Amino acid sequence: MKLEIIGGRLIDPSQGLDRETDLYVEDGRILALGERPAGFVADRTIQAQGCLVTPGFVDLCAALRSKLNARMATELKAAVKGGITSVCCPPDGSPINDTAAVTSLLREQARDLHLARVFPVGALTQGLQGEQLSEMFGLKAAGCQMVTNMRRPLGNNRILRRCLEYARTQDLTVGFCPEDYSLAVDGCVNEGFTGTRLGLNGIPAVAETLAVAEALLLTEDTGVRAHFFQISTARSVELIAQAQQRGLPVTADVAIHQLLLTDSVLDSFDSSYHLHPPLRTERDRDALRQGVRDGVIQAICSQHQPLELADKQAPFAETVPGMIGLETLLPLTLQLVEEGVLELQRAIEALTVGPARVMGLELGTLEPGRPADISVIDPECQWVLTEKTLLSACKNTPFLNQSLTGQVRYTLVDGRLVYEAESK
Amino acid sequence: MTSLINVETLLDTMAEEIKAVMAQRGISDPVLVGIRTGGVWLAEYLHKKLGLREALGELDISFYRDDFTRIGLNPTVRPSRLPFETEDRHIILVDDVVMSGRTIRAAMNELFDYGRPASIILAALVDVGARELPIQPDVVGRRIQLEPDQQVKLRGPDDLRLELRQKNATTSGP
Amino acid sequence: MSSSAPEHAASAPQCLQLNRFGQLRHFLSIEGLSRELLTEILDTADSFIEVGARSIKKVPLLRGKTVVNLFFEPSTRTRSTFELAAKRLSADVLNMDIRTSSTSKGESLLDMLRNMEAMASDMFVVRHAQSGAPHFIAQSVTPNVAVINAGDGRHAHPTQAMLDMLTIRQHKGSFENLTVAIIGDILHSRVARSQIQALRALGTPEVRVIAPNTLLPAEVERLGVKVYRDLKQGLKDVDVVMTLRLQKERMESALLPSEAEFYRLYGLSAEKLRWAKPDAIVMHPGPINRGVEIDSEVADSPQSVILNQVTNGIAVRMAVMSMAMSGQMAEMAASQEVRP
Repeated sequence: MKLEIIGGRLIDPSQGLDRETDLYVEDGRILALGERPAGFVADRTIQAQGCLVTPGFVDLCAALRSKLNARMATELKAAVKGGITSVCCPPDGSPINDTAAVTSLLREQARDLHLARVFPVGALTQGLQGEQLSEMFGLKAAGCQMVTNMRRPLGNNRILRRCLEYARTQDLTVGFCPEDYSLAVDGCVNEGFTGTRLGLNGIPAVAETLAVAEALLLTEDTGVRAHFFQISTARSVELIAQAQQRGLPVTADVAIHQLLLTDSVLDSFDSSYHLHPPLRTERDRDALRQGVRDGVIQAICSQHQPLELADKQAPFAETVPGMIGLETLLPLTLQLVEEGVLELQRAIEALTVGPARVMGLELGTLEPGRPADISVIDPECQWVLTEKTLLSACKNTPFLNQSLTGQVRYTLVDGRLVYEAESK
Repeated sequence: MTSLINVETLLDTMAEEIKAVMAQRGISDPVLVGIRTGGVWLAEYLHKKLGLREALGELDISFYRDDFTRIGLNPTVRPSRLPFETEDRHIILVDDVVMSGRTIRAAMNELFDYGRPASIILAALVDVGARELPIQPDVVGRRIQLEPDQQVKLRGPDDLRLELRQKNATTSGP
Repeated sequence: MSSSAPEHAASAPQCLQLNRFGQLRHFLSIEGLSRELLTEILDTADSFIEVGARSIKKVPLLRGKTVVNLFFEPSTRTRSTFELAAKRLSADVLNMDIRTSSTSKGESLLDMLRNMEAMASDMFVVRHAQSGAPHFIAQSVTPNVAVINAGDGRHAHPTQAMLDMLTIRQHKGSFENLTVAIIGDILHSRVARSQIQALRALGTPEVRVIAPNTLLPAEVERLGVKVYRDLKQGLKDVDVVMTLRLQKERMESALLPSEAEFYRLYGLSAEKLRWAKPDAIVMHPGPINRGVEIDSEVADSPQSVILNQVTNGIAVRMAVMSMAMSGQMAEMAASQEVRP
């Protein structure tokens, strides 16, 4: 299939590109940029005047399954509507992704849907129990690039060290969700003034930074490649920056909502702000923003977590933490650009080639020859997020009924149109 | 807004009438209770005029109003103060304006919750008619007919005087 | 008597507790309530103290209304005070004791509440182990049901704070020149949080907390208190000493080594009470652990006003319940007028 995208503003940070130019796709790959290749006759022309044309987004953390309603089908539809062409899903869920069989199953399911690509992240230990190594060779062979134990504790540091050594042998990146279990247990908000006022158990910043420091030292000791998922504190950014300066192979991502919100929104015990890691202080948020600007943090992710209504309708501490984010990742990121927090190029980089590199994927780029995963975006379009417009099966987001700016018009995976917005 | 009658003159007459009613009923040792706020000012004057030995009682009827469900609790409610037992006593109840009769009903309900009186003599400075309940004062200072948009109000506590004026907001009758 | 908006309406932002006129419709926490409104509660409570002194201690204010005591945490004292308060307002009272571990038959809290509504309740009095549970209930039930917080998690115990304020006002007159010290487990105390907020809102110039670090919540000074770890320094020039209950679990969670050590450092003995002003009053929300937080000698001394606190409890709860019911009805009436 031959396809051309005409007149858009092409932004591809992987090539340092930001200009108005045309793009040509053939047989699922980027054929050329700029002038139409000789003899190229398009089957479909997409007019992209006034739009941004970017590589499809790579989301490092999006849960695609929930207890009842959300299934891969609904969530991947939501993903491509949000311009996301590759989704990395965490290993928790039922069944836990700790074997090649489960990884293969997930990838097959995704392939059959012909929507976004799915890159499952494997479990570091069997059943995520923190005691036995998972079959990491099998996981890698089935397609995992990364393994993690999520937030669940390892039995002890000896086990953790062995897991890292084994992962290194299999050339797998280890993902850390840094949190010291005993310091964080029972906590549901940031430990600080807001938690004190509301009488809610706090998760102190040191619960995260202690785990980051520990992980960094073990990373140095074992030589494994490490990635930190959804860091939330200023000190974490500092520690990771220092490690990177010393040449350690360490990367990090941040959830988009951590770049926008702080714990001051918790005033009314609104459970849609019950998140994990919790929203923290302005100082932390500012440091995370700086971390993205400086490149200490390579990726912005959605941390998409579909939850049923009942999960959020209870007293705050009894609710399940998390919010959906596939369909708000783009407009919220553009909001950061609009507010002057990030340059547009840097923002797109953190959604495309940044996360792709973390995962070791040759994606997130519009370089000729690469798979044609593309998003065409109307950056000015204003729309309201409602339960009806959400494609995700779950509606747990605090941004419901808010006006957002920036919407995807077309999404392509492997040169196929997997999403097309209704024309106005 | 007009200042009408001389209130003190009226009160002097009322005091004589109260004495007459007491004599008729054979009452010698009454207690005096004023309904806040206007009734209390009047009762203070009457208390001296009647030469009563026991201290005056003050009744706040906020908790007994029958329109609580419609207009809610008065934010300036203060405690009632009855420095005597009402059980078996003869009470002279004083209010400034009687209109619908509901304030008097609330006052009587409250007095009965303190203890069953032997009798109640109701003295009102002004009776403007417009009853909604079968309640009549035993002693009245002056009967007044009001236009639909008028109301009468007692000013005090010093220099007691009656004011006749236009109604401003919707108010419920006393 | 008119029902126009009281003057403090302008100071009430979109606060769940207030109706469109700025009147109380739920009583969930001291936070967000103005000095004027808090003073109104105290003044109204004064009137109800007078009612309690009569032979017939009832007024007909809530006659025909149904008040449901929803106690998810067991508590005989607080619940019976609320029950008594409701009955003195002539309300019909229903007591529901729900085991904290799970609502019966696995029914969710929300479903259970919806069945309550079907029983035509006018008011819920809620005590729950989770902070924010009364807020959740106030937001989730029909707008017409007034919710009174009888204590939620570590967050708030506003009626306790108000009865404490009433007690202080009775003995000290006003809050303007007072130095107040709160001693003990501030970290876990919903009572302390509400007391601090009430004292500050009523204009107390100096509020102190006295506790070891392990019993102080993060950034507590931002609540507007001065922090002391030493009892002697903390009690100097204090007019009101408020002691808190120490629960036995604290010794088990590596927060305190022993009751004995707590008593040595922070227990209020007659000798230590002399570090405060000679006319200082001593308060405790009850029940007292004699010999841990406070000596029997002090608890029974003339400086202790603990028994007054109990009497004031009923009056304050009557005040809050009648004000909230009044505010709810005013809101209902107003929203019906607006409808075309």
